[in-house]
Amino acid sequence: MAVYTKTVLLKDTNLAQEDRTRDFYTTFLQKLGESSLSELVQVVRAADVGVYNQGVVIKIMPDNIMYAQVKDSDIPRIIDATIKEGTPLADLQVKRAGKQLRIVLRNCGTIDPENIRDYIGVDGYLALKKVLLEMTPEKVIEEMKKSGLRGRGGAGFPTWMKWKFARAVAADEKYVICNGDEGDPGAYMDRSVLEGDPHSVIEGMVIAGFAIGAAKGYFYIRAEYPLAVERIQKAIEDARSCGLLGKNILGSHFSFDLEVRLGAGAFVCGEETALIASIEGKRGTPRPRPPYPSVKGLWGKPTVINNVETLANIPYIFLKGGDHFAKVGTATSKGTKVFAVTGKVRNSGLVEVPMGITLREIVYDICGGTSSGKQLKAVQTGGPSGGVIPAEYLDTPVDYDNLQKLGSIMGSGGMIIMDEDDCLVDIAKFYLGFCVEESCGKCSPCRIGGTQMLRVLERITEGKGRIEDLAMLKRIAFAMQKASLCALGQTAANPVLSTIRYFEAEYKEHILNKKCPSHKCSKLASYTIIQDKCKKCGMCQKQCPAGAIPGSREDGYTIKQDKCVKCGQCFEACKFKAILKE
Amino acid sequence: MPKVVKAKINGILLRVAEGTTILEAARSVQIKIPTLCKHPDLPASAACGICIVKAKGSNKMLRACCTPLEEGMEIITHDPEIVEIRRTVIELILSNHPNDCLKCGRNNNCELQKLTADFGITEEQFPQFLRDLPKDSSTGTIVLDPQKCILCGRCVEVCQNNQDVWALSFLDRGIKTHISPAGQIQLGESPCVRCGQCSAHCPTGAIVEKDETGKVWEALRSEDKYCVVQIAPAVRVAIGEAFGFPMGANLTKKLYALLRRLGFKAVFDTSFSADVTIMEEASEFEERLLSGKKPLPLITSCCPSWVDFMEKFHPDMIEHFSSCKSPHEILGVLSKTYYAKKNNIDPAKIFNVSIMPCTAKKYEITRSDEMFASGYQDVDVSLTTRELARMIKQAGIDFTTLPDEECDSILGEYAGAGVIFGATGGVMEAALRSAYNFITGKELGTVEFENVRGLKGVKESEVDVDGKKIKIAVAHGLGNVEYVLGRIRQAKAQGKEMPYHFVEVMACPGGCVGGGGQPYMVTDELRIKRAEGLYQDDSDKQIRCSHQNPYIKRLYEEFLEKPLSERSEKLLHTHYKGRPVYRR
Repeated sequence: MAVYTKTVLLKDTNLAQEDRTRDFYTTFLQKLGESSLSELVQVVRAADVGVYNQGVVIKIMPDNIMYAQVKDSDIPRIIDATIKEGTPLADLQVKRAGKQLRIVLRNCGTIDPENIRDYIGVDGYLALKKVLLEMTPEKVIEEMKKSGLRGRGGAGFPTWMKWKFARAVAADEKYVICNGDEGDPGAYMDRSVLEGDPHSVIEGMVIAGFAIGAAKGYFYIRAEYPLAVERIQKAIEDARSCGLLGKNILGSHFSFDLEVRLGAGAFVCGEETALIASIEGKRGTPRPRPPYPSVKGLWGKPTVINNVETLANIPYIFLKGGDHFAKVGTATSKGTKVFAVTGKVRNSGLVEVPMGITLREIVYDICGGTSSGKQLKAVQTGGPSGGVIPAEYLDTPVDYDNLQKLGSIMGSGGMIIMDEDDCLVDIAKFYLGFCVEESCGKCSPCRIGGTQMLRVLERITEGKGRIEDLAMLKRIAFAMQKASLCALGQTAANPVLSTIRYFEAEYKEHILNKKCPSHKCSKLASYTIIQDKCKKCGMCQKQCPAGAIPGSREDGYTIKQDKCVKCGQCFEACKFKAILKE
Repeated sequence: MPKVVKAKINGILLRVAEGTTILEAARSVQIKIPTLCKHPDLPASAACGICIVKAKGSNKMLRACCTPLEEGMEIITHDPEIVEIRRTVIELILSNHPNDCLKCGRNNNCELQKLTADFGITEEQFPQFLRDLPKDSSTGTIVLDPQKCILCGRCVEVCQNNQDVWALSFLDRGIKTHISPAGQIQLGESPCVRCGQCSAHCPTGAIVEKDETGKVWEALRSEDKYCVVQIAPAVRVAIGEAFGFPMGANLTKKLYALLRRLGFKAVFDTSFSADVTIMEEASEFEERLLSGKKPLPLITSCCPSWVDFMEKFHPDMIEHFSSCKSPHEILGVLSKTYYAKKNNIDPAKIFNVSIMPCTAKKYEITRSDEMFASGYQDVDVSLTTRELARMIKQAGIDFTTLPDEECDSILGEYAGAGVIFGATGGVMEAALRSAYNFITGKELGTVEFENVRGLKGVKESEVDVDGKKIKIAVAHGLGNVEYVLGRIRQAKAQGKEMPYHFVEVMACPGGCVGGGGQPYMVTDELRIKRAEGLYQDDSDKQIRCSHQNPYIKRLYEEFLEKPLSERSEKLLHTHYKGRPVYRR
């Protein structure tokens, strides 16, 4: 077997473009071959290296040197200087932005996720060994309690309590489920962990299984994550062949095995009871709780469902101790949280930060502020169940409770940065539209309430709103919060409520003055020709599909407001910026 | 002994068995929490969101229908906020429901309409939008109008879990969710066996029986029609619920008077033809038991939904099925042959209307060519109990004060055995009374077979017939059939002795008293009360056994000769065939 002296990890961090690492990978291997280094250096295509939008990034381990914007032409000098000599190239080098603390993503981008030996090489499965050979299930739960870890899937329920409840129920079979049905728009932290460090999740599951007394676990991963599924499947097989899954793990009396189930794309299947129904082959709809899954879950047996990110924390907790883990974070929220930062931000991507860091630090210090350079208007957290936090609260320390106080939630960690050009009514409509689309249709408050609210928002953004609409939105939202069966319906109105709470004036501008202050809502825009700037070229008239621009090259042009369909074609067509959009 | 929990509802301390839901517990403190999805007969689906209550110390609201009362809970079932939310949810449901109440089959008898009135909702709060979904009347028995469906899930629950038919399911998601057979096909092409349990449990007009009262009014008006009518056993103990009578009141004689006043020329009783069924079926049983020509067990066939279910899902059981037609078909054919001949009436003019607790009877009347054994369609229209109640109201007849009248000869006088057909186990009990006589030549001392009565899903028992142990099973609710048939199949496969000699199956829980065409809001309590009404009728009769009924004797002497005679076989018996579960 080859013994490598160095590992090179490759990642194309420009997510919007086609992945170029395949060609780069081939070239790199070829150049290594030419330098007779193929036997000594392994090259891995990584899932996440912690920097984003920096072109092709390579990371050289164990030197921990990272280069960004790497071109094919850079390969020879990288090989000569860094790989052979260990000397960094200052012009290519980048560092991950400060203030991050990587616990969940500790191995992402530093090991080959498809090689179990890489994971073992970074103390992988050592926590499991400690748990199986030195601890009782009660001790394990006690340690989890010390760590203060709360569920990272959204609700923030203390993980040790879930385990304790499931442990307390006597049953012939129990199950552990890893919830990998990540579905919030723009969120991909679970995917990155599954793809970048699958064994840490498996190790977390085996420990959970030992704690509650389960012999079987399921990965529930959405089918839209084929690489994650592939890597988890390989990791399960590798772990099994190493005796880390299956009968008498590590020679102990504990046996545990894993199976993968694919989600078919319903967002609501991230909800515990709907997820269970889905694994059981039923229609994915929530059922009433109690009984909670920890008492009566999959196939009617006690079941613990933990999210990917939660599980990835667990080996770390047992390696370093619960007390050590609890040193990071705030009084009620321990450890770190991974956020998927997107929107109008300079450096978008995943950031893992200690709980208690302020939003300002995330947005400005780590992510470099707004991409447009314009004023930040608000930060949306918690995905479709969350809310918006206006700029004046940027100095709030981020934890479960503070976000809730501001009318938003931690959720699974989506974070969208909005600047002056974003319309909050439009944002609320987008998120509500997502929930309406993803409602399972079972209970009437969510099914009909969501649809009615969306219709009101559509009306408002089309200039047909009435001032009573605000009261109607609040009334329906309240009924949805209180009377919906599951969290999807109970929280679907949050984006609307929080935008009304902080940006009511913007709603009123849409309703009373039929104006969208950020010009987002196309139906509310009005177009006029600035006669001073107009060169009478006639392009606007040519493009207008509605015949709303009469005139001639001699007399000039005007836009008939009653005929205008607000399509914006004239605005796009005018080369002289002579059309004013308001 | 179940554990007892102590808790408070609206400040009143109460103790209930552990596991009692807040909804159930609230009744003991005189609170009826409104709901549109919870039916006392079915587990909670938690779909409507109206039964919400508050628990002290929690800012979440709980669904009373599915949350068990826990030790120390302090529940508030109503305050201005709760009422306001309930009102909002009802208004939301109304915004996605047609408001054609005046032209709806459930007008004045609709749970949604009632709640709307209770909450004083008079104005449209949210702009109405409807789903564009067509009506489905392809079964000819029930009509599914998905636009009126509020997705409470009762019909799906009853169809899949109680009846094991799986014709109805939820399709699509979100606001597009609707009730339909899987694959968006029509009910008539689906596994539906037309038991109508969906319609009996529907809170709105989304699933109703196909209304054929118009045809009956038309026939009654027509001068060249000679309208005769028959009422099924279970109808007499249920129709009163629509007119404020106590549960299970037996209104046989008022019904005779009523039907005459509606304009029927002769009023017959299906209990009489149930006696005929017993004569034939008990003889079949005797023949199978003694000659061994056809296999045992014999399985009853008076329930058309059960027959449909068997033909679709269990065609391997055909050889076990009694070939005897159901009582209402027998009355139909006898009215157009025996009765017509004796009274010199042109059978072409006879229009036979049957009043049944059942929606599937509407299907049975044209099920095969054998339902035209008289040379005409033997039963022309079959109405449900609910349709008859409407006809009574349309006619303006004060049902409550009608005098008692007797039925018309020669197809009316029944033995006690005939009337207990309406309760689960009744056919078995009635058949055993006569079979005992046919096999032994003796009469029973005690005619009651208590072991086959009651609401247990499958009732297995042994009966001593002159030293021979006859093993029987009675199942009701199609979901309970699998167990019984499984035992038969297993014995067959292993070449072992059959577990049963005689099996009775009724599709609807409780038998016909709980039929799909009966008045709404049936519960086990009601099923028991209705059955008690029938058993009382039986025990009040001097003649308890079908073979002792003088009119039956006369029928055989004058017309049929003997059970299983050539004429009986031609008129009173039928055949079965396997049918595809999906017709496509």
